[in-house]
Amino acid sequence: MLELTLISTLNGVLFGMLLFLMASGLTLIFSMMGVLNFAHASFYMLGAFFGFQISRYIGFWPALVVAPLMVGVIGALVERYGLRNVHRHGHVAELLFTFGLAFVIEEVVQMIWGKAPVDYRVPSLLDFTAFTVLSTNYPAYKLFMLLISMGIFMVLLAVLTRTRIGLIIKASLSHPNMVAMLGHNVPRVFMLVFGLGCALAAVAGVIAGPALVTQSNMAGLLGPILFVIVVVGGLGSLPGAFVASLLIGLMQTFAVSVNASLADLVGALGLTLDARSPFGELANVTVAQIAPVIPYLLLVLILMLRPTGLFGTRET
Amino acid sequence: MSTPVIELVSIHKSFGRTQIIRGVDLAVPRGERHAIIGPNGAGKSTLFNLISGRLKPTAGAIRLDGADVTGAKPQEINRRGLARSFQITNVFPRLSVWENIRCAVLGSLPYKYAFWHGIESLAGVKERTGHILHEINLVGRRDTQAGVLTYAEQRALEIGITIAGGAGIILLDEPTAGMSRREAEHAVALIRKISAGRTLVIIEHDMGVVFDLADRISVLVYGQIIASDAPARIKANPAVQQAYLGTAAA
Amino acid sequence: MTEVAATRAATPAWSWLAALRRHGLWLVAALLLSGLPLVFRSGTALTMMSLMGIMIIFSLSYNILLGQTGLLSFGHAVYYGLGAFFVVHAMNAIIRAKLPIPLPVMPLIGGTAGLAFAVIFGSVSTRRGGTAFAMITLGLAELVASSSLILRGFFGGEEGITTNRTRLFRLFDWNFGPQVQIYYLIAAWCLISMIAMYALTRTPFGRMCNAVRENPERIEFIGCSRTMVRFIAFCLAGFFAGIAGGLAAVNFEIVNASYLGLQQSGIVLFAAYIGGIGHFIGPVLGAILVTYLQIMLSDVTVIWQLYFGLMFIVVVMFAPGGLAGLLMMHVPLVRARVLHLLMVPYALLLAAASIAGVGAIVIVELTYRLTVKATEGTVIRLFGISLDTESAWPWLLAAALAAGGGFLTHAAWPLAARALSDATAHAGERS
Repeated sequence: MLELTLISTLNGVLFGMLLFLMASGLTLIFSMMGVLNFAHASFYMLGAFFGFQISRYIGFWPALVVAPLMVGVIGALVERYGLRNVHRHGHVAELLFTFGLAFVIEEVVQMIWGKAPVDYRVPSLLDFTAFTVLSTNYPAYKLFMLLISMGIFMVLLAVLTRTRIGLIIKASLSHPNMVAMLGHNVPRVFMLVFGLGCALAAVAGVIAGPALVTQSNMAGLLGPILFVIVVVGGLGSLPGAFVASLLIGLMQTFAVSVNASLADLVGALGLTLDARSPFGELANVTVAQIAPVIPYLLLVLILMLRPTGLFGTRET
Repeated sequence: MSTPVIELVSIHKSFGRTQIIRGVDLAVPRGERHAIIGPNGAGKSTLFNLISGRLKPTAGAIRLDGADVTGAKPQEINRRGLARSFQITNVFPRLSVWENIRCAVLGSLPYKYAFWHGIESLAGVKERTGHILHEINLVGRRDTQAGVLTYAEQRALEIGITIAGGAGIILLDEPTAGMSRREAEHAVALIRKISAGRTLVIIEHDMGVVFDLADRISVLVYGQIIASDAPARIKANPAVQQAYLGTAAA
Repeated sequence: MTEVAATRAATPAWSWLAALRRHGLWLVAALLLSGLPLVFRSGTALTMMSLMGIMIIFSLSYNILLGQTGLLSFGHAVYYGLGAFFVVHAMNAIIRAKLPIPLPVMPLIGGTAGLAFAVIFGSVSTRRGGTAFAMITLGLAELVASSSLILRGFFGGEEGITTNRTRLFRLFDWNFGPQVQIYYLIAAWCLISMIAMYALTRTPFGRMCNAVRENPERIEFIGCSRTMVRFIAFCLAGFFAGIAGGLAAVNFEIVNASYLGLQQSGIVLFAAYIGGIGHFIGPVLGAILVTYLQIMLSDVTVIWQLYFGLMFIVVVMFAPGGLAGLLMMHVPLVRARVLHLLMVPYALLLAAASIAGVGAIVIVELTYRLTVKATEGTVIRLFGISLDTESAWPWLLAAALAAGGGFLTHAAWPLAARALSDATAHAGERS
């Protein structure tokens, strides 16, 4: 039991950090440009596939640097030649543009790499057991993932709070026009932030690829959860995204390991339910089975109790 | 002493650590034309936002006709008979002028959510919309999209939307801002006409308009009312002169 | 005063003509819908027209949210799908219990189911607007889609639920087996729904929806609750989506989880947007186009979804008003008879874009054959020509076409745009 709790906590935090790696980029882009990048999870997927392909040619470690760079550049180009032109048509058009983009990226990935998962392996350097908790072996690669995510997060925080470019970015988040008046090239800052956000998502993809399945439906699986995170955390709030990411990461990881169902609970009270009736069917569903749905249940709960999200103040 | 129509009791408003309104007491009796003046940044629009429900006061109470409406939502306050205009024109840009006014009229009617009968069959709505359009002098522009009107026309439409619902308490936020002398004169005439028999609170920078229109003037400086009196006495008040009008009397 | 009385006395005779002018369009639509099967008799055509009819209702219901109230939903297929599931279960139950309920009533059951779930989900979704609303609809759609895999009894798992529409109580001896009978059923519901949804735009509520779309903040200050307006719009949209879903259940006689999935939500979004969300007829046009492409393109190329996505992006970037928006821009030109001024610039633009398009399509198809279908050989047949993915010349030719066409399009676009604005100014002067 303790073992399960420890492992689940580690995995949950790991998943949460991975989610935050992506949600932070998404929140930065939203805060700055007012548009939620629907294609964000698609850039995550591109990172994973680029990482896979590049690591086949020159190895995992160079891929860790090159793949996010490539995706970041693609993201910057998308902003410069795509999003910027759609900006004048309003927020709905921007969101729809990113929606169409997500759709197209998934089709292109499917076209090039097919629908089946690709064999993206953990690099041999990290393919060992880091430590053993009671009887479970915890792989070193997962520890590496955790360290990298935290490291990137620290660097991001440092850049945003302690450097000049970070200051300009933060100012452009709320007052882009004023920053432009002060002589800074705000469109370039936008392009930079968009590219950076996409690169962050790509890093998550490169490191998550070997651990999770690298497949063309990756974006479709993770995307909705990402958007739930930003709504639950509060649109535009980085601390909110952090808390929500960890919350969902932990909840889902713990849920997957719980095989109890409502029927079990009822059974413990000495009653039985007819498994063929709709209610019986519902009651026989285990917590593990509804694990994928937990983020959405959390969304509904938050919407009923606190519609603007945990830390949100913006009413878009 | 009858109940004042608007009553502000010890209102405070802070944004984080910044205090904007630092203790405002105000009582506006029924039918009065009350002007609020003050230097930029004094908190005049914030006061309007508090009264109209756009913001919640950090402390203090707001009463309309004796009923406590502190923290009430804008539409509840509107239903109690208070309507406000905005300093930055806040119309429905892609709707026609006619539609803008008509929606404002509908907002005051109980069947605004009705989806079971046509809008053309509501004769009262049509008449009232036409009447308001006539009042604000935009009959010739009735089919133009609100977003492409000239600035002065938009300000007129702004006032039109505010009064269309027939509210008894009207709050106007710098209605003549950016207008030429002639346009401002027209606007004042309109405001005088529509506020007959109603309570009016107006924020203005144009002293000519203020002294022309107001029964009473309150001077807001740094979130506090430093004087609230008849126009002549306000002109002569040394504190007001120092804080706002400068040492030379207007 | 007497003048007014005189005019009023004269109106009874004129009112019939005025009514005809106002409602004549619907008469034409009814005649058109009735006459179509007499012109297009083949099975494929009937099926396509039936699908178009369903899609028209679905897209129009979507536009109640997007075009009229400014609510972007990524999960509208939930109400379409749930409507379909409830109808298919209802049909099976009615068949089992041998109740005298005829088939034409079924879509109403779908509508009621759509409405009921819209009330439940809408009470939560419509608390926010804008981007948050869009994400909430996405989350709820995922919730329902995931639940459909868990609740296998109701949703039938992977296989779905089947039914037989010919086993219901027969009205006037119609058993609704042949597709043409189903077409007429769908056409009738389509006409009724179109009239209903059009009438909705002319109600006080419809007008308030537009106002909420334009300025959701100001609406509160004129005494109207934007949440209430959005909620009612959501419910009505769910009702009509449920009707469309019910018709789909009747048409296909099988319903599965894909009916309420994200792809279906995406398709109705595509249809409404490409058609044009700013005009009532936009989603109708979009539904017809998207259904046509869905059926025809999938025969021509396997990666038709990619083309859909690209088309959507092009519309979002260059024609956000959609097809209807483009057409409406030219209506004053037709009236002022200056349309001919645009013939040459438009022809140039079309030619340039077509060249670029052909080049791009060839590259895409070649790439597809190269990467995925390597097992099927290296030669593809496109536009009647055989192209070998291994040799260099198709690639070079395609690249040249794409690049050259792209350059020409870039040059022709401002010419066409200027011609349009000149012609519009011209038309403005003449009117």
